[in-house]
Amino acid sequence: MATIDSKIPEGPLAEKWSNYKAHQKLVNPANKRKLDIIVVGSGLAGASAAATLGDLGFKVKCFCIQDSPRRAHSIAAQGGINAAKNYQNDGDSVYRLFYDTIKGGDYRSREANVYRLAEVSNNIIDQCVAQGVPFAREYGGTLANRSFGGAQVSRTFYARGQTGQQLLLGAYSALSYQVKQGNVELFTRCEMLDLVLIKDEEGKQRARGIIYRDLVTGEIKRCSAHAVVIGTGGYGNTYFLSTNAMGCNGSAAMQCYRKGAWFANPAFAQIHPTCIPVHGDKQSKLTLMSESLRNDGRIWVPKKLEDAKKLQSGELNPNDIPDEDRDFYLERRYPAFGNLVPRDVASRAAKERCDKGYGVNNTGLAVFLDFKYAIQRLGKDVVADKYGNLFDMYEEITDVNPYENPMMIFPAIHYTMGGIWVDYELETSIPGLFAIGECNFSDHGANRLGASALMQGLADGYFVLPYTIQNYLADQIQVPRFSTDRPEFEEAEKSVKEKIAKIMSIGGTRSVDSIHKELGHIMWEYVGMGRTEESLKTALKKLDDIEKVYWKELRVPGVPSTLNVELEKALRLLDFIEIGKLMAYDGLNREESCGGHFREEHQTPEGEALRHDDKFSYVACWEFKGEGKAPELLKEPLNYEFIKVQTRNYKN
Amino acid sequence: MDKTISFTLKVWRQRSPKEKGCFKSYQMKDIPTDTSFLEMLDILNEDLINKGEEPIVFDHDCREGICGMCSLYVNGHPHGPATGATTCQLYMRRFKDGDTITVEPWRSAGFPVIRDLMVDRSAFDKIMQAGGYTSINVGGVPDANAIPISKEKADLAMDAASCIGCGACVAACKNGSAMLFVSAKVSQLALLPQGQVEAARRAKSMLHKMDELGFGNCTNTRACEAECPKCVSISNIARLNREFIAAKLKD
Repeated sequence: MATIDSKIPEGPLAEKWSNYKAHQKLVNPANKRKLDIIVVGSGLAGASAAATLGDLGFKVKCFCIQDSPRRAHSIAAQGGINAAKNYQNDGDSVYRLFYDTIKGGDYRSREANVYRLAEVSNNIIDQCVAQGVPFAREYGGTLANRSFGGAQVSRTFYARGQTGQQLLLGAYSALSYQVKQGNVELFTRCEMLDLVLIKDEEGKQRARGIIYRDLVTGEIKRCSAHAVVIGTGGYGNTYFLSTNAMGCNGSAAMQCYRKGAWFANPAFAQIHPTCIPVHGDKQSKLTLMSESLRNDGRIWVPKKLEDAKKLQSGELNPNDIPDEDRDFYLERRYPAFGNLVPRDVASRAAKERCDKGYGVNNTGLAVFLDFKYAIQRLGKDVVADKYGNLFDMYEEITDVNPYENPMMIFPAIHYTMGGIWVDYELETSIPGLFAIGECNFSDHGANRLGASALMQGLADGYFVLPYTIQNYLADQIQVPRFSTDRPEFEEAEKSVKEKIAKIMSIGGTRSVDSIHKELGHIMWEYVGMGRTEESLKTALKKLDDIEKVYWKELRVPGVPSTLNVELEKALRLLDFIEIGKLMAYDGLNREESCGGHFREEHQTPEGEALRHDDKFSYVACWEFKGEGKAPELLKEPLNYEFIKVQTRNYKN
Repeated sequence: MDKTISFTLKVWRQRSPKEKGCFKSYQMKDIPTDTSFLEMLDILNEDLINKGEEPIVFDHDCREGICGMCSLYVNGHPHGPATGATTCQLYMRRFKDGDTITVEPWRSAGFPVIRDLMVDRSAFDKIMQAGGYTSINVGGVPDANAIPISKEKADLAMDAASCIGCGACVAACKNGSAMLFVSAKVSQLALLPQGQVEAARRAKSMLHKMDELGFGNCTNTRACEAECPKCVSISNIARLNREFIAAKLKD
């Protein structure tokens, strides 16, 4: 097996990034103007990268599927963004943020990448403030902080419950400035449908462009560049129901995978413990209730099975269950962290109770998050002041008043840690193709801590990629712009058009959504919170079946040569099925439990995740081997030189 | 058993910007009241697809009230009858059995219809590109705590910054004005020292772009404020006017 070179710079951990920057190649201003970069995606990673690269003088083309870059799903992030500023004087440091992130990720991420992330986190806050992001402030005029799961310090910066929105609007502003300057060209309502590779003189395939569909006119178009960057987010919608936006998809990543980019750790998906439970088969998405609620809400189910049964049938009001008959199972199992254990732990504990029959709603798939105790302790006004908007949102959706009745919550798919494999330079296994933000696999290991997704997206876009991409482009300054009339573009466009024609000609009877929902059920049932060898093998079989259903029974009305929303969804669904398989392959291979990946065969006697560091301390990289063929596994060993790998403990 | 309602849905169908549109009626039967308005449209679309017809096109994405994508004019109100909520946050329990519900796209000269209920709001991007930013590069900025900002100012800036750019203000305004949208961005940045540096230039160029793109003027009817899903206040328009007049006086 070929060894994987992740290009980690030499030297002590704290000096690696400085050393890299000191010795990397740069592109001079006159040459920057001659180099084109395609950025696909306009979320925190894509927008910040496009704006920064434009600002440096490169010619950038930025693509998004929405009507404006400002709609990207980064906008929905609620809680905050971490940084190692130590403004609270509570003992934070770059090292501590690095350590918490590595530990939170259950020791399945790269030391050097995570350290760099912690290092640049402070620059992000400075940059955002300079853009006019209205972070929360103290009366003295300084920035306010709050705490999040998995940390003992207050390092999270926030803008009410809309931090993602404000950071994205900051990046969108910076992007708008660069559009005005003429450095960035926007392609809105345009969807990438394939990656185009061109061989260089030495016969090496390099990423040189994309094929995309204008979603309004239906036209298939071409775009060429010296390098391609994808920042197209995660693949959580494989499960149909998730906290992701309706349009979130993993298709750009899959197009790159099919062209040779490795897909790393696909099985690592984060299941967020506090979402509003599924209420019916017509539901289109799940709504997240902020992690911050776990600061004051107490999570419980009844101790007695008969009480649970009565709750499920609606005969019993939860307020009539006395305290002594309530099982505060997180406080019981994890006395030290209680209701504030990390997301993966809280989610699994809820599943464990519901599996045993203690679920509290009509489907048996919900637990209580109770504010009665907080209201008794702090008063209704204080609780309303802290969480009022979330309570209103909950009541609007469920028609239940959470001041008077406990909220019902259940875990839901929220974020995917896995993604396109990248080296230290954020370059994929295809030269000239880079992946940033949630789209890559790099920094969160097997579980992401709260308030770290925004940090990673902006770190990649503002402060990492704009450096590392120059190390690649410095060798490209002699390469003239590519004509999109080249045969490589011709061929890629042809295959895209053939695929679309094939989909349009199926002529079945089922809508995209009906098949997607079926896929979601398979994924949740067999590749969900608890996985076994048997369930994953069943999943692979069922995924093959659903692919057959797709090619036989799908119906896409209308024509492809105009706006056609069903066609857009049909193309994405095909990739979701493929991602589902990758997740199952990866889950099957990883015979251990870590972070968001829980193999039921591998747990401690107390039911905690059991890692096998001797066998699985590596990044699982999957290489495409052709349609209908099993992917091939490559391993990038994870060597921990600077920290001691331990078992996560949230009990004491 | 969940409560359900049946009602008539009148939906604007329009094939393309140039073709004439019209209302089409659909009978909706036994829709659970805990269904969201957009999920109700999903149900209708599923029916249409199963009949081999083309589904109704509408913009939507996050379905939690923050992306600003959804844009339906329901029973004469942008985002429907609920206050302080987007269309995606509207639930069917707000309607009654036997109702007739009318759904239209945003109607404004600034937002041409693309198809059915989907409109082109790229004018908002163009207004932003005219000056909705601080003209700084990445790096070389001072420490985030170097300039203290009063909590009051930061909170006011955040109130303005909560705009989701959906365009309900334009759809609600009889003049088709984008003043609430423009003023929210101008206010946010004018309230903060980082944005104050080029406040005058920003107010002038964003307003100029708004006029150029065919949006109307503000006549203080306050319809925008009443319909804004994020309750952005028209005091921002007053602030924009102050910034604009001050800038003009300096010219």
